[in-house]
Amino acid sequence: MNSLTKMVGWIDERFPLTSNWKAHLSEYYAPKNFNFWYFFGSLAMLVLVLQIVTGIFLTMHYKPDVNMAFASVEYIMRDVSWGWLIRYMHSTGASAFFVVVYLHMMRGLMYGSYRKPRELIWIFGMLIYLALMAEAFMGYLLPWGQMSFWGAQVIINLFTAIPFVGPDLSVWIRGDYVIGDATLNRFFAFHVIAVPLVLVGLVAAHIIALHEVGSNNPDGIEIKKNKDPVTHIPLDGIPFHPYYSVKDIVGVVVFLMVFSAIVFFAPDMGGNFLEYNNFVPADPFKTPEHIAPVWYFTPFYAILRAVPPLFGSQFPGVVAMGVAVMILFFLPWLDRGNVKSIRYRGTVYKVALALFVFSFIGLGVLGVLPSTPLYTIFSQILSLVYFAFFFPMPWYTKIDKTKPVPERVTG
Amino acid sequence: MGFVNMNTIKKLLLLVLAAPAVAMASSGVHLDKAPYDLNDKASLQRGAKTFVNYCLNCHSASYMRYNRLKDIGLTDDQIKENLLFAAEKVGEPMDVAMSKKDAKVFFGATPPDLTVIARSRGADWLYTYLRGFYRDDTRPTGWNNTVFDKVGMPHVLYGMQGEQVMHVEKQGEHETSHLVMAKAGTMTTPEYDAATADLVNYLVYMGEPAQQTRMRLGVIVLLFLGIFFVVAYYLKKEFWKDIH
Amino acid sequence: MSKKEVDRSKRRFLIADTTAVGGVAAVGAAVPFVMSMLPSERAKAAGAPVEVDIGKIEPGMMLNVEWQGKPVWVVNRTKAMLDALSKNDAKLVDPKAEAPQQPEYCQNATRSIKPEILVAVGICTHLGCSPTYRPEMGPADLGPDWAGGFFCPCHGSRFDMAARVFAGAPAPTNLVIPKHKYLSDSRLLIGDDSKGA
Repeated sequence: MNSLTKMVGWIDERFPLTSNWKAHLSEYYAPKNFNFWYFFGSLAMLVLVLQIVTGIFLTMHYKPDVNMAFASVEYIMRDVSWGWLIRYMHSTGASAFFVVVYLHMMRGLMYGSYRKPRELIWIFGMLIYLALMAEAFMGYLLPWGQMSFWGAQVIINLFTAIPFVGPDLSVWIRGDYVIGDATLNRFFAFHVIAVPLVLVGLVAAHIIALHEVGSNNPDGIEIKKNKDPVTHIPLDGIPFHPYYSVKDIVGVVVFLMVFSAIVFFAPDMGGNFLEYNNFVPADPFKTPEHIAPVWYFTPFYAILRAVPPLFGSQFPGVVAMGVAVMILFFLPWLDRGNVKSIRYRGTVYKVALALFVFSFIGLGVLGVLPSTPLYTIFSQILSLVYFAFFFPMPWYTKIDKTKPVPERVTG
Repeated sequence: MGFVNMNTIKKLLLLVLAAPAVAMASSGVHLDKAPYDLNDKASLQRGAKTFVNYCLNCHSASYMRYNRLKDIGLTDDQIKENLLFAAEKVGEPMDVAMSKKDAKVFFGATPPDLTVIARSRGADWLYTYLRGFYRDDTRPTGWNNTVFDKVGMPHVLYGMQGEQVMHVEKQGEHETSHLVMAKAGTMTTPEYDAATADLVNYLVYMGEPAQQTRMRLGVIVLLFLGIFFVVAYYLKKEFWKDIH
Repeated sequence: MSKKEVDRSKRRFLIADTTAVGGVAAVGAAVPFVMSMLPSERAKAAGAPVEVDIGKIEPGMMLNVEWQGKPVWVVNRTKAMLDALSKNDAKLVDPKAEAPQQPEYCQNATRSIKPEILVAVGICTHLGCSPTYRPEMGPADLGPDWAGGFFCPCHGSRFDMAARVFAGAPAPTNLVIPKHKYLSDSRLLIGDDSKGA
């Protein structure tokens, strides 16, 4: 027995190291037919680590004070060795996180990954999505530019629209009657420690729930139904390590190539990742011409603006925006289809999903544009298309003509 | 394996995302393309000189240290002799001589800090702005500007450019206007355009001094990742021979 | 469904070269983060060399200048002070300034470039207090043999007019002489001794 084996043995007597290694890596049997859509879970974890590491190093130099915040970001960009690189990695990482997460969710929609028995994985995932939106929103205030300030102003004012408790709730969130130093400092505290802790906990729960049930696959069939009679290993299963660890390395490298191309050649991304107006320090007395949230929030922002005020209150728009996000939680129960994967669904579901994706992207574009009467009509139409994916789902998934599902996985 | 799909999707998304940014950028006024070249150190040095001599009188660039100018080929001594303004040491930032309160009283608004002006306005806007001043006696300073209507800033560089006036022509219902040089300055129009290009070049550099380094390093990183990709791909292919 | 033999040596090689390239990537990625913790341009600017006009310092007077957050003394020593320097040698721990507490151009009898101008960091080498300047000869509390110097009130360390430490004091070494140079007869630059302009 060599010394490494002895050391591992010593640890195993006191800590479930080898048993966990086996359960979650070398003897966790994942379906062998994972395709391109299955890269995004591990990529999301990579981006989380990236954001935490770059975030820690930014916190060494950033100052969460209204008089120093903007200057401290330029200090990082100019006076701190390699500060510009760490900053760009963090700003690009924020957008990359949403690209990866949206594609990861898309996989779920296509292959029915949220269906029984994986509802809880989906719920943890949705909670991660909510936490991520909060994290990004609060992080965006920190550079204290014009967009930071006014974006936060608009969104916190939404809370004011809530009947009865609205105004007091907004004061409580801000810590003041206007967005100022109190708001900046507490958003810093939430962004740096509170929400990251919650995110890490939710990701752990998400993966534990997944491993408890086993992964879905592009055919939507349960590989545990066909096990080897002797070893009890699913016939279509392969150990995650080494097969998917090795495959994920390739996915990571390709991701890093796209990520690096952006960080080194287009960190602004034409004003979509680092908005031009955010290079102007926040001025509470000067409202910018166009206030738009960062691209990853724009679909929901478009829905918010599409709903006309009712009795002078913006609250219906707020409700619509909230429902647009929260309705996703109910997917496992809205979907009454008898197959999981889009591969075996009928035309009805395929059309519905295509329309949903189109509406999401379309609303995203409209969310950046000014709310002219024409664009508002488009937003209203697309909002209806968006909701039409969810509300009639129990009906159209039931009547959909599905194809027979194979016994064993296909490629 | 499908990595082509990922790139195509990302490209599509990028196209879709670029459109609104472009739509938002123009507010109706045509912007001339700024002919700047960040590799032209001589141009950057001329621009730095103009900046320090003219702009720092009222504007600050308080996130830019004088000694950073070694990026554009200047030595500490050259900086000290020719460029230090309201500062004692080359390590100090480019602060303004005028107090912010006084400036607000003189001009109605505090002249903004210019360190990252090229990142918020863009090079083309700045190039058009600096060449777009014209005489307007309805304004307190006597000057107006084609891209920034009713601007509080006077035409600091009028000595070099000369004085332009707005010439309005009515052709039936259609009204066109363009600038005409009423009084010549010390530079001809091509000379002034070149001097402005130098200044804009400097402002773009000052907005992000690390940009040249960033792009050079990017090439190396992508080449390295290309190698890493090949290596990782062969490893994956080898192990996946096991799977059928 | 043919099952080929697993080529173990090929796998070992591929694992090894992927690990190697990955290792290079990891180190390359770590470098910017580690370097970002070094002093920033702001810190370096604050620690930049300080120029002092010594023309205004009267004989016997001391000027206290801040450099890199530390007090630096610039003393215009009188002829009497300079003459008295060699008399103390027997009572000093390191009279020849052999310990590396000064640049080599100050390893001389007066521990300075110009004989009369002492440039020393005013931090006691014991535990970091700032000693007081005692230029007077033979005061009551320091005894008749005191020929001018520095006395640290914290634990009683004594230094002579060349900032050399007396034996019997808790301080182990002479006060530090920072690198410096003269830009002209009246302009002293503390913190920089590079040749040329």
